[in-house]
Order: sequence, then structure tokens, then C-alpha cells
Amino acid sequence: MQSNRQLFGGVGHSPQAGQPSRVYLDYNATTPVDPAVLDAMLPFLGSNFGNAGSVHTPGQVARAAVDAARDSVAALLGASPNEIVFTSGGTEADNLALFGAVAASTKARKHVITTAIEHHAILHSCEELARQGIDVTVVPVRNGSDGQGIVDPEEIRRAIRPETVLISVMHANNELGTIQPIEEIARMASDAGVCFHCDAVQSAGKVPLDVKKLGVDLLSISAHKFCGPKGVGALYVRAGRQISPRAWGGHAERDRRAGTENVPGIVAIGAAAEIARARLAEDALRLSALRDRLENTLLERVPHVRVNGDRSRRVPNTSNLSFPGAGGEALLIALDLQGLACSTGAACSSGSTEPSHVLLAAGLSHDDARSSLRFSLGRPSTAEDIDRAIEIVPSVVARIRALSPREQETAAHAR
Amino acid sequence: MPTFDQLETANLATELTSPEASRAARTIAVTSPASRNGSAQESLLGGRSFSSGIQPTENEGALAPEDAASPATSTIAVAMSGGVDSSTVAAILHERGQSIVGLTMQLWNQRRLPELQGDGPRQHRCCSLDDVYDARRVAEHLTIPFYVINFERQFEQTVVKPFVQDYLNGRTPIPCTRCNNDVKFEQLLSTARQIGADKIATGHYARVRFNAGTNRYELWRAVDDSKDQTYFLFGLTQAQLARAEFPLGEMKKQEVRSIARRLEVPVAEKPESQEICFVPSGSYVRFIESYLREKGSERDVGPGGMKLGESGEIVATTGEVLGRHHGLHHYTVGQRSGLGISVGRPVYVVALDRERNQLVVGDDAELRSSICEVRDINWIPFESPDAPVHARVRIRNRHEPAEAEITPLTPTTAQITFHEPQRAITPGQAAVFYADEKVLGGGWIV
Repeated sequence: MQSNRQLFGGVGHSPQAGQPSRVYLDYNATTPVDPAVLDAMLPFLGSNFGNAGSVHTPGQVARAAVDAARDSVAALLGASPNEIVFTSGGTEADNLALFGAVAASTKARKHVITTAIEHHAILHSCEELARQGIDVTVVPVRNGSDGQGIVDPEEIRRAIRPETVLISVMHANNELGTIQPIEEIARMASDAGVCFHCDAVQSAGKVPLDVKKLGVDLLSISAHKFCGPKGVGALYVRAGRQISPRAWGGHAERDRRAGTENVPGIVAIGAAAEIARARLAEDALRLSALRDRLENTLLERVPHVRVNGDRSRRVPNTSNLSFPGAGGEALLIALDLQGLACSTGAACSSGSTEPSHVLLAAGLSHDDARSSLRFSLGRPSTAEDIDRAIEIVPSVVARIRALSPREQETAAHAR
Repeated sequence: MPTFDQLETANLATELTSPEASRAARTIAVTSPASRNGSAQESLLGGRSFSSGIQPTENEGALAPEDAASPATSTIAVAMSGGVDSSTVAAILHERGQSIVGLTMQLWNQRRLPELQGDGPRQHRCCSLDDVYDARRVAEHLTIPFYVINFERQFEQTVVKPFVQDYLNGRTPIPCTRCNNDVKFEQLLSTARQIGADKIATGHYARVRFNAGTNRYELWRAVDDSKDQTYFLFGLTQAQLARAEFPLGEMKKQEVRSIARRLEVPVAEKPESQEICFVPSGSYVRFIESYLREKGSERDVGPGGMKLGESGEIVATTGEVLGRHHGLHHYTVGQRSGLGISVGRPVYVVALDRERNQLVVGDDAELRSSICEVRDINWIPFESPDAPVHARVRIRNRHEPAEAEITPLTPTTAQITFHEPQRAITPGQAAVFYADEKVLGGGWIV
């Protein structure tokens, strides 16, 4: 526990003067576990080790904790506890939703609609569905200055066919932070009698979530995006909505997700949900003010910065900026070496040479996508973090621009 | 319920107590000094945070040696391939207290051209996941910052496509030299400078010296002649040499291994790879054919069109037709076996005639020549000379340098006249000029 507290403490601003400290502005990637969440889950890694499926008292202790966590998660989402299925995280929740809903449909021909800015947990699942013979439509998003990175519900409406069995649209985009018009799309789906899934992994804990108000059938969340641990998530399944399981082997989660319950993880997502619900309004206000200060100051101090994604319809913690003339990969590394952690839409080492599919779908040029950085704030973020970022970023951008061959060529052309 | 705000944010950064590390601008936060050479796990758990003190440097172009890296003020980027040589470079510099950052280039996606992946055990090649993993393990062991940088696009344009085009044009290319000139000491160096490093260190066996008299950087052969790699480095410009660091140039290979063992470098026992990194199991013909097939399907054959050579005639130097070849990309000058013809005496490939799509063969004497032309010459210790230069010239990697006169034709081309005829002077290979241990320059054989 001590070491974890240290890790958590290490994220914040160092109190010791003269010591450059780490500033973490990549909370959309993951968040530290809230100490209260850790305190809640630890007993279930220790003395309370019972199997929630066991009849005896240790089992009952575990079962009670799982039930309480289910209440907490349900409360965060405005759902009933029996509508919550715990999973190993957001990706599994998304997979269970897509494959489970498609498999549960009895239609002879099946068609799925999603959008171009979804997370790979959705898009790669849809590619697999397509390989299995399911028709998939990927609708584009708006890319003008108004509504950039936001789905046009009319595009969804046009894509609906008689054989459409599922529409999946994310709530908040992980890279741009843009919030999608879920209520409107869910209403269309409902009118057409089509199951609607929403990947809310990036909005849970950032903006209010009410599954009834949104009108969704299925909704995915992941604990580690709101100060819970990695390895646990949940899928909301509206009462009466059938999904076929993707794993078999017992009756856990009302037959929708077999496997011994991850009791410590489930307790943790419950605790994280409680805290998120209690602090949501306050966090949102505070983080959006910090985010706006960061963004506005960088716009002032760094020439030719562009904000990506509709600024008026974003989660409060995310800022995606392009720094033309500087490569995102070099920016990311240089900032990291200066102690600032963020992320980029430039190609990453792990695979494709193409920049982020989200940024390209939102209409960014390859160059703008390659020069993009995402700053995402979280509950531990402080004004000092933003001060440090504002201090570090402009000089790093200036240096990289000065040393980038392309920039020199452009400058030569200008002369 | 305690909240984040109430948490005391403990400052974990425990400065390394070793004097070398204290001299370094960068301080590495670890839980205890012992973990530096201990398990990486421990330091990871301890809030592995690299508080880098890298400061932007304003030096442009060639820098004088006094500006060059001194441990106290500058950072060196180490190009880490995952092999023992570059890993040891990182370990040596780290031990010296030098502030370093590890960079691994992702150059080629091994998932491309899947038909080239054999069923057998995976060879160690550059950019295989194994090698990136190895480089990362070394960086973790040293607790240095480490990043993988994607240069796949640039590598394909500047190395792979020219490699294929050279073979299709009847030349025998050296992709490693192009990679050094245009990727490693160009794009990677540029990235290194962008992220705040002044210089780049690699595992090459070569030496760089600054000559105060001429105010130029010089390239010298490695102390370990059997490992010398100057043949692949002749194209480095003054600006590139000024920012290059080859710590292994002063060492014997055995010393490198023993240092690797002493510093417990995780890849100390890894076997060496002699292959072209993107060509699996040495089969460049299969690579070229697969690459063109893939490009064909993309309808992108590149400038000038890349088309696989067709079968044609094998002819003697007299013009006599002796048989048929499978496409000129299968052959290289000096090759003897695999011609599929029998004329009762040993014959060798003497030339690849792209115009007539003919493979010209002849006997050993016809393979020898005293004259060749080179282009795109890079002169190192001096600007391009006006008068002929006497040098020993190496025409392929393992070739024993031979006495020759280099007569400049233009600032970047020259005619080389060897004192003794040389065997299999091969277009596409490099001719590198030496004066004893010093590299005078080099160019590409026309």
C-alpha cells in the first residue's frame, strides 16, 4: 500500500523546490487509483478472499461487497443494479455488447452501424463482425469548424436499414473529447427498433451519465478511467434487452459473463463510482477551468496552434492541439524528458504508420494529425501542473520547430 | 473519505548518490541507489520517474569539439537496436555518468510480406518485436528513458525502394550505408536533437576525430580491424560526424562482450546478426519479388516504374549465347554458382546489361579490372580535391583495400585506377578510400 501511495503521490507536483517534478496530463489514457478506492479494495485481496459464488460466510462477505458495488455503479449510471454486468474492462464490455447483441438478434441478415471515430475496441470488433459476414456501416463525422469531431445524427438515420440490428456510438471521444449527440441517436435507434450501444468509457466520471435519459440499451464503462484500477469495467444492459454471452462456464453475472467475480476489482469500481458521483460537478468545474487556461495560454504563447474538436461540446478535461511544423512523436518525447506526460495522434511505434484514425476522420490533414498533442486532466491535476505545462510546452515546440527539416524547407520557401 | 486533495504528495525523487550520476544533469528517481544495477522491477515500482534536466541547445550545424558532449551539460541519444553492441554503448555511457536517452527505430513492419516469414524459429532481425523488446529490457536495466520511434515511412522511401530499384537496375546495393546516411544520422539524429540531445551514439566500430589543424572531423578505422564498419559510414558529412559518437571504435569485440557481461547487460550473450535487417533469412530475391507483388497490388510502383526483370539471355563476353537467366535481380557481379549453365570451365558473372536484359559471363580474368568510376563522392578530411589522390580503396565490405589513384572528374565523381586489377568491381557497391587508418571518403561504383 505504501508503494502505491508513493506512486500516486509521485504523480502530483513535487513540493520540493528546485526539483523538476513530473506533470501527468494523460488521464484519458489512465488514472491513478484513488487512495479511498485502494483502501476499499485491499481487504478483498487479503483477509476477505472469499468466492462470491460460495455459500458459506466468507463467500457471503464477498457477495455482499459485489452487490454493494453493483448498487454504486448502477447509481453512477442511473441504472438498476440488475442491469450491471461486470467485465474485465472497457474493451471486454464493448466486445460483449457488440458480439452479444448481434448474436442475440434473430434477423436473417444483420447490419451494424458505427462511426469513424470509435475506439479500436469497437472498430476492430466491427471488422471482425464483417469478417463473420455481418454488414457494417461506418458513418463519418463532421469536420468543419462547427461540430468538428461530432457525429451528424442524420448520417446515422440514413444508414439505418431493415436488417440493422445494432448501432454503436461513443459518448465522449477519447482523443478529441467531443461529446456525441447520444440522446438524439438513441431515439432514432429506438424508433427503428434497433439496439443501441454507447461506449461511455471516456465520459464516465467526467460528465453526468443517465442511461434512462440517454435512452441507451447498452453502455460500457471502465474503472481505470475514473480513478479505479485497471482490469475491471462494466456493461449496462437495459432490463429486458437480450445479449448472448461471450464466455461460458458458470452462472456469474446472471449468465451474461461467466467466470469467478473479480471481487477486489468490482469493489474498487464501486468505490470509484461512488467518489466520481459525489465529486463530478466540482471536478468538472475545476478541471474545465484548468484546461481552458492551459489551452488559451498555449494559443496565446505558441504561434500557429490549432484546437482540434468542437470546443463547445467537449468533456471538461480534454484539449487536443496541433502544432504545425513539429512532429507529435518528438513533441511527446521531448515533453516527457522535461517531465510532462501527454499523448499524440502521430503514428505510434506499435503498428501503423498512419496517424490517428480519429483525427483523420475529424478532417485533420496528415500533417496536423502528426503534429497533435492531447492533454487530458484528471482529479489529481493542480494549478501548478498547468503552470508547469505552460512553462514547458512553448519552448519545446519552438525548439522542435527550429530543428525540423520540413520547417526549415518551408522557411526557405518563404524567403 | 480521504480525497486526492488531502493526500500528501510525497516527493519520491531520491537523487542517485553515486558521484557520476550527480555530475549528470539528469537525475533518476529510484527507491534506492542499489536498484540502479539491481532489478528494474524495483525501480519501476519505486515511481520510475526520469527528471530530465535536458536543456535546449542552440548549436546549429557542425559544432566545435569543445561544444560537444561533456557529461555535465549535455545529453546523448543512443541508437539502440537490441543487439549487444549498441546495448553496451548505452551501458558504457551510463556508467560514465553521461546523461543518455535510448532510441530504437521501428524501421520495417514484419507483418508486411507475411509469406517471407518462415515456419522455423524467428531469426533476430531489426524491428522484430523481439529486438525492440531486447532494447527496452536493456533500457529498463539501466533505468534510462527509452523510446521507440517509427521511421517505417522514411525507411521505405530512402532505403527499401532504392534497394529494390538498384537490383532491378542490375546493381548490387548496400542498404546499410543508405540507412546510415539518410535515416540513422539524418532523421534519427534530427529527432534526437529535437528532443534535446546534442549527439547520437551508435554501436558502430569506427572512430571520429576532430583535426584542429584542418578544422574538420575525420573518420578513422576501428581499433578492432575485424569489426571495422567504416565501409558503411563513408557518407557521413561534417555536420553528421560532429554529432556522432562511436564508443566501441576504441575497443575489441571481446572487450565489448566482457563489458556487457560485467554491466549485466541483458543481451550480453545474444548472437550477432549479419543479415540485412529487413530481408528475412538472407533471401533478397524473395524479398524483392514479394515487395513488388505487394506494391503491384497497391498500384504503386514508384517513380520510373518498378517491374520485375524478365528472363533473358546469358551471353559470353564474345556475345555467344550460353543459356537463359531468371531475371537480372537474381545475380551479382562475381557470382559463380547458380547460373545453370555448363561450358566446361569456371565462369562468373562479369556484368549485368540492363539495356539488353543480358547476363554477361566470363572467366576469372575477364572479371578483373583496374578502372572504375564512382559518383556521389563524400570527401571527409578535406573538400573535394583538384588533383589526383593516392589511396587504398576498398570496393566491398571484406575486400582488402587496394592501392589506387583517385582522379576527380567533378566535385562528386572520380575515376579510380587501381595499381593491380581488382576482381568483381560491382556497380551499386561503394568504393571507400583510405589513407592508413583514416577514411578519405568514398562514393558509389557506377
